[in-house]
Amino acid sequence: MMQKMMVLIQGDFVAPRFDLATEVLMVQFDKGNVIGEPKMIIMERSSDEALCQMAVEENITDIICGGIEEVHYNFLVWKKVAVLDAVIGNWRKAVEKGVAGTLSQGEILHSNKDESLTL
Amino acid sequence: MNFPFDVNIPLLLEGFPHPAMILDENFRIVALNRLLEAMTGYDAESVAGIHGELIIRSNTGNSRGQLYSNVMQTGVSVSVTGDIINSYRRKIAVQYSIAVLDDNAGRHCGLLVIVEDLSGREIVNSSGIANYSTMEMIGHSAKMQKVFDMILLLAQTDTSVMITGETGTGKDKVAEIIHQKSSRARFPFIKVNCGALPPGLLESELFGHVKGAFTGASRNKPGMFSLADKGTLFLTEIGDMPLPLQVKLLSVLDDREFVPVGGENKISVDVRIIAATHRPLRDQVRKHKFREDLFYRLNVLQIHLPPLREREGDVRYLLDYFLQKFTKALNKPILGFAPKALQALLNFQYPGNVRELSNIVEYAVNICPRKKINPDHLPPYIFDQQADRIPAADSSPREFSREAKKIDSAAGYTAPSDARESWSEIERQLIVDILKDHRGNRTRVAEELGWGRMKLWRKMKKYGLQQ
Repeated sequence: MMQKMMVLIQGDFVAPRFDLATEVLMVQFDKGNVIGEPKMIIMERSSDEALCQMAVEENITDIICGGIEEVHYNFLVWKKVAVLDAVIGNWRKAVEKGVAGTLSQGEILHSNKDESLTL
Repeated sequence: MNFPFDVNIPLLLEGFPHPAMILDENFRIVALNRLLEAMTGYDAESVAGIHGELIIRSNTGNSRGQLYSNVMQTGVSVSVTGDIINSYRRKIAVQYSIAVLDDNAGRHCGLLVIVEDLSGREIVNSSGIANYSTMEMIGHSAKMQKVFDMILLLAQTDTSVMITGETGTGKDKVAEIIHQKSSRARFPFIKVNCGALPPGLLESELFGHVKGAFTGASRNKPGMFSLADKGTLFLTEIGDMPLPLQVKLLSVLDDREFVPVGGENKISVDVRIIAATHRPLRDQVRKHKFREDLFYRLNVLQIHLPPLREREGDVRYLLDYFLQKFTKALNKPILGFAPKALQALLNFQYPGNVRELSNIVEYAVNICPRKKINPDHLPPYIFDQQADRIPAADSSPREFSREAKKIDSAAGYTAPSDARESWSEIERQLIVDILKDHRGNRTRVAEELGWGRMKLWRKMKKYGLQQ
């Protein structure tokens, strides 16, 4: 079954906070393979409620994010969204692992020392 | 980093009374103390080299490290207030202070970051009375006032506390208030749900493990007991804790030390335990599902949170409180409840207690397009039959069982055959039946129901039984 992942990002990183994130990446994938072009959405302003609504309207199956409040986490889980929260690190790596099904909640993705990432 | 004297940074940070860390010139974590580990939920080893703001996650305008850059450039310390969200999904109010560190040559070489937890600060209203409403502990009923009085007493001691009550009555909030009002308030408050993890994982979560203890244990991990050192460990759903772990928990409570999974050396801790359960623990002890010695060890001080149906008058206050909260959050112009909707809400039994009431009001505020909430805007199930409604599973609160027994034993009373009757109808019928039995003698009716005459009068007035 095709899955649709929402990743909250900031610069090169998974956004530290769900409620303050304004950049959203949507990726469709099936059995570990990305389907089509990922879509980037820039929100006018940050809003945890708007993100929750967007997740429901877009039929999101998976979310990768940083810190999220329990109330929003519970809402998303209730809406049958698999939430991998408290993830720290490069969002590209997180997406790769998320699509492959190897990313876990609270995972810290360390970067190489010479890798220049912008927060 | 160069210092004009030899300094053991981790040891220095451990001496700080607040969560703190040291960052290098690129704002990457060099060291952090145990209090910050507990506050953020990340251990020092795994976050070394990570940008400091990625683990703090504040809303203080530092999301891209702007405050760090300013302090590093100007050398002027800053202190701002805001909140953080930790990896336990908890939002914590903090005072975020950042100061520059210089090397021997006077060059800025790093930052000292202190993240003081403000959630423990007492909020006192103008009358000087502690205000629990900031924690959503609201109640004007006599039973809740007793609970509030007990909280203050329990906070003064350092003994284990057992909190009992049905689901949704606010056990977690009471535990947190007790911690915040205690002398341990500036140290961590760590919550562990004993029913949410499989036994092996729960042991590692509570006591930590050493590298190589089991497959996948690639590094040492401090357990919740270590992280809660000097603070409070809140063990919720303690009734679901597996028996072998209960033995280990008992030994920690007695000796104040434990051995991590796969480890050899004992670790000493100073932790206050608050436990909570919705299960009747005495029954669990009788069924040999909970150790008797641990039960007595934890049950030194006990506080029972009454279910909402026993909190006379509180439903109205809570409805107004949550209505105001959700209309503000959702920016809706709702002014109140229409009389019929209010009556339905006041008659409902709330088996899920305050949590359920909050959810119902949230639902109504979302659905309601008008200025008043009508019955149409309430979840349909609250109008369904409540005769077959059982209060939260296994909770068997004493009061409810007593009521149930009264219903069973009421002379001549038979359970309504029509399962669609509401709780109000059942209660009304019960009063009528007992009034008949006692030929209208209200004193005896009140006695049989276990009510005061005033309560009986109110109920009779409510159901139109006054002549």
